[in-house]
Amino acid sequence: MQLAVLGGFVLAAFAPLLHHWFGARTPLVMALFPAGMALWLLGQWPAIAAGEVLLLEWGWVPGLDITLTFLIDGLALVFSLLITVIGALVLVYAGEYLRGHRDLPRFLVIITAFMMSMLGLVLADNLVTLFVFWELTSITSYLLIGFDHTSLAARKAALQGLFVTAGGGLALLAGFAMLGVAGDSWSLVELNAQGDLLRNHELYTPLLICVLLGAFTKSAQFPFHFWLPNAMAAPTPVSAYLHSATMVKAGVYLLARLHPSLGGTETWVITLSLIGALTMATGAFLAIQHTNIKKLLAYSTIMALGTLTMLLGIGTEGALVAFTAFLLAHSLYKGALFMVAGILDHETGTKDVTAMGGLRRVMPMTAAVAFVAALSLAGLPPMLGFLGKELMFESVLGASDYRFVILLLAFTAAFLTLAVAAIVALRPFLGTLRETPKVPHEAPLGMLAGPALLAALSLLTGLAPGMLDGLVGATTASLGATDSNVHLALWHGFNLPLLLSLLSLALGALAFRHWDRLRARLAKLEPVMARGPEAGYEAMMQGLVSVAGWQTRMLQNGYIRNYLVMTLLVLLGLVGHALFIRHSPRFDLGLDVYFHEAIVAGLIIAGAVAACVMRSRLAAVAAVGVMGFSIALTFVLFSAPDLAITQLLVETLTVILLVLVLFRLPRFATLSTPLERLRDLVIATLTGGMITLLMLSVLAGERLPRISDYMVANSQPLGHGHNIVNVILVDFRALDTLGEMFVLALAAIGVYAMLRFHAEEYDTRRSSASPEKHDG
Amino acid sequence: MVRSGTLILNVAARLLLPLQLMFSLFLLLRGHDEPGGGFIAGLVAAGAFALYLFAHGRRAMSEMLKVSPRDLVGMGLLLGVISTLPAWWNGDPFFTAQWWTIPIIDFKASTPLIFDIGVYLVVLGSVLTAITALVKTDHEDNAQG
Repeated sequence: MQLAVLGGFVLAAFAPLLHHWFGARTPLVMALFPAGMALWLLGQWPAIAAGEVLLLEWGWVPGLDITLTFLIDGLALVFSLLITVIGALVLVYAGEYLRGHRDLPRFLVIITAFMMSMLGLVLADNLVTLFVFWELTSITSYLLIGFDHTSLAARKAALQGLFVTAGGGLALLAGFAMLGVAGDSWSLVELNAQGDLLRNHELYTPLLICVLLGAFTKSAQFPFHFWLPNAMAAPTPVSAYLHSATMVKAGVYLLARLHPSLGGTETWVITLSLIGALTMATGAFLAIQHTNIKKLLAYSTIMALGTLTMLLGIGTEGALVAFTAFLLAHSLYKGALFMVAGILDHETGTKDVTAMGGLRRVMPMTAAVAFVAALSLAGLPPMLGFLGKELMFESVLGASDYRFVILLLAFTAAFLTLAVAAIVALRPFLGTLRETPKVPHEAPLGMLAGPALLAALSLLTGLAPGMLDGLVGATTASLGATDSNVHLALWHGFNLPLLLSLLSLALGALAFRHWDRLRARLAKLEPVMARGPEAGYEAMMQGLVSVAGWQTRMLQNGYIRNYLVMTLLVLLGLVGHALFIRHSPRFDLGLDVYFHEAIVAGLIIAGAVAACVMRSRLAAVAAVGVMGFSIALTFVLFSAPDLAITQLLVETLTVILLVLVLFRLPRFATLSTPLERLRDLVIATLTGGMITLLMLSVLAGERLPRISDYMVANSQPLGHGHNIVNVILVDFRALDTLGEMFVLALAAIGVYAMLRFHAEEYDTRRSSASPEKHDG
Repeated sequence: MVRSGTLILNVAARLLLPLQLMFSLFLLLRGHDEPGGGFIAGLVAAGAFALYLFAHGRRAMSEMLKVSPRDLVGMGLLLGVISTLPAWWNGDPFFTAQWWTIPIIDFKASTPLIFDIGVYLVVLGSVLTAITALVKTDHEDNAQG
């Protein structure tokens, strides 16, 4: 499975090549890949449903306990099936939706990479690996929202989504670090086995806050919900896949995954159920104010994500069953509805539901699919959505804390969602045919297949929910339920949940009938809404930019002498603190210096002093050279030939570079006041003195076992080399060297860019006196 | 600003370049056991090309080098990363050194050597990138002799 996921990334990279070979059929060909994975996963269904847990081990960085081990239990199977099945359908759908689009290959690259990241996320057993995949989904989502990169709105929405989710990702990283420390393991299996220890750990509260921040931003929970509707700037296949069926559920997945180890405490129950319920109501309430079909669906997705969070918060065994059923139902119907929305947009040229009407005559198939899927969204029998909603009501009635508040919010959300379902499924198709920007036709088969299959699955699983018993049971078992015998049924008899459903049906129908008037009323709330969390985000971004500008002006002022002063002061502060406060400096000045060593030291000092007082640049360079060669001589005296050679060569090349630079420098001038020079002298003396003191203290201090002993002893047996310096550089510390190589490369590119672009700018300014363009 | 050098410098640079390059390769290959290694060797090679540049101008040096210095940097980084892959293939942790002995000439090939060649190329490329950028910005590029 790991090979399949990694291979998927490789496949993503080859998408442009495949497109070259297969042309417009590429998405179909590529859809075979997730379809194959889905088949393999289906093959695991019976075993998993019987209660087995598959652990596919795979090492990665054993030294740091980072593994690529995959864990396939009920929860992972549900998610990975959703990802692969809907993924395959979305690929087919996108092939039609973006037919002939110039950037189709790019789209295929990113969406396949996303698919694999998402799979890795739900399968990973290791916290670090999970986090890596988590961040990959944020990045690919960013690229997909901003797919239409010429549109400012799309770029802005992409950046917003990235900032919110990646900001949460940072919190999550901190949370994972604490979780790893608290549980002394990075493995989810091991962590989930010691829930009691974690819940009573002193780090529990801070780590829970961090993990929740990560999950809530990713899953668009209140007050971070605002990025999701904006993400609708993405092409519709992306909205169907990332922003309803998979990625936004990653946060919910994480909460579910950590439920056995972190869940059940008072903080968890209250936070999750209240935030979840609030998100539900907010999403449903905001949904009915919109006429853009994608926004309608996006807000109803927020409502669904809130429901899932709330159910995890309630956390009873019934709630966990409801969680699983609702999760499945939502992914099926929402994926279908988004694809229908894409069809409508594609065929009519508008996304505004009030501008559509009577389409059932020209698009009967689409209308049928939309109707079935919306039935599930509305939570009406005989769909899986009905089952999910009934179970949800039942769990809310069984909630222990704040039952009434949650019930009220959940009920509001339910009847508003019903109205949303009616708007989406009835409004565009009933009534008289309206004039739309494009003349609508029935959608091509490739676009209909996906939503039709998903809608059919919603219906089928609703009619025969027994087929899901095993899977749902296994999932609740991975969520920490002890009794994994689950029997789903459509009909629960006449009870309170059914009554609530009937009531919400009546209210929802009412809201649908008077939707236009309702919207007009709600439009008056606009000024209040403008102060929502999104305004807070905007203000924060503004603040961030101005703080960045301020500190850039302060610190990055372009004067190398100021940089030096700043760097040296920081060095003085930190090293001084360590040396004088945490340790006491000590040294014995046993002066057993040979005569020739004293001469070399004198040369170094003389060179340094001369370089400072010289009034001619050439002389100063020469003085620095004297210093450098004397230092090289020291290396020779203390038998470090490698260092000596390096020092000599660096000196030589420095002279070459200086000669090249010398010509372009302005005439020598005194730019600083005597007072500033005095300040610099003091800083320089202090730094030099402190480093000297540091070296002496190190030499006089107690002998800790030295690292170099290991290097000397193992250079030949392990590194197969006699030159210890080289063995350290290319073998023992090769990773550091690789980092240095990148630094060097960056520095070279920096020099090149500064010199070249400066020159080009100079050229263009001289040739054309046109004013500079500022790209906001 | 770089003008063609004197006759002596011209001839000397021509003669010295192959010698210096050979010396740099010598340093590179023996680096694992004797003083030397990719970093030093890269600096020696960079010095050689710099001398040639001073004597014959930038264009002549570019023709001599064939590839852009920036490409050298890229190739060096690529080699550095590639040298980590054999360990992965063998199931060892990242960056574990792998050694092979080529039988007939009794030469020990290894990933550290590949890595060192990467260092060599990055150092050479970086220094030359900086030097050529400095020379290039001089507008009167009348360097060729």
